[in-house]
Amino acid sequence: MATFTLPKNSKIGQGQTFKAAPGANRTKEFKVYRWNPDDGANPHIDIYELDLDKVGPMVLDALIYIKNEVDPTLTFRRSCREGICGSCSMNIDGTNTLACLKAHDEVNGAVRIYPLPHMAVVKDLVPDLSQAYAQLRSIEPWLKSDTPPPPDAERLQSKEERAALDGMWECILCFCCTTSCPSYWWNGDRYLGPAVLLQAYRWIADSRDEYTGDRLDALEDPYKLYRCHTIMNCTKTCPKGLNPAKAIGEIKQLLVDRKG
Amino acid sequence: MRESISIDVRRSQLGRARGVGAGHSGVGHWRSERITSIALVPLTLWFIYAMLHLVGAPQPAVAAWVSNPINATLLLVLIFITFQHMHLGLQVICEDYVSNKWQMTLMILGAKAGSLVLGLLASVAVLKLALT
Repeated sequence: MATFTLPKNSKIGQGQTFKAAPGANRTKEFKVYRWNPDDGANPHIDIYELDLDKVGPMVLDALIYIKNEVDPTLTFRRSCREGICGSCSMNIDGTNTLACLKAHDEVNGAVRIYPLPHMAVVKDLVPDLSQAYAQLRSIEPWLKSDTPPPPDAERLQSKEERAALDGMWECILCFCCTTSCPSYWWNGDRYLGPAVLLQAYRWIADSRDEYTGDRLDALEDPYKLYRCHTIMNCTKTCPKGLNPAKAIGEIKQLLVDRKG
Repeated sequence: MRESISIDVRRSQLGRARGVGAGHSGVGHWRSERITSIALVPLTLWFIYAMLHLVGAPQPAVAAWVSNPINATLLLVLIFITFQHMHLGLQVICEDYVSNKWQMTLMILGAKAGSLVLGLLASVAVLKLALT
């Protein structure tokens, strides 16, 4: 059966508390999940009290401040700090989002920061996404066409054909949606998850692609696709405001349509 | 000192993601689930409406209502579609939450057998009431 409690060595304990420097006027607590693969200890929550007059507006600013000024052992991914690279996806205040797009004053009280749910943790806030990346690779997210491109031009699309890709090309593969999906939690080894299915539909919907049928064949599976039960956590949590649930619905519709 | 970690899966992530490929099924199941659920909306509303009218009625009145051919047919349709929807839904729940393959197979077969027997029992009850 599904396991509803954490295994013994995943139970989260209480860690250290780092107080803000005396004289700080505006302070806020950041409760951060910590786990170090090297010390053999259980994960724990460290509490960092920060002086907001010294910290930028976003949760990522706070994390960078902690790493630079308070505790250099804190580990997290980040790169562009403006919602384009998808590196700093994590669970903030109970919701998967990008730390660089989430303002810490949106959170009442202490800001709780955990890694993306239900993925193996590499260290602290860094989840192991290699399974999700391999699943993305498995749907072959690139243009497949037997008609050679014109020798002197690119493959053309009408404005309508190009518009069909809106809401999908914007995906930055942060996997906030996939790791928010209970179906992915229980059956992530076989279910592809919303991020990968959104990408699958991005190529199914591409007018230049000539392998639509093969792509649908590869998805027609009780686990790869039909573990989606339209729970809608994916759409609710997407930090880019995209709608993976709708893309999955379109795939299911195409599969029904082609059966007749 | 930490115990040494044994790694029992060396297969590549891509190999695991591709797995045994697509089963090329699931469309029929998904579509049946949707169609039966839509059909159940009017049927269930009709059933609730009819039952509210029969509240407190004596047994012969209920038997007379059931022996009306339209009522009997609609009841049989309601029973068939309800149990059809039930076994499809129970299968999904087992597939979602039961990770042991044999346990899952047994539970799905049990759910289907149970739905079949209960559905037939309900149908026989309606027919007995309607035809006697």
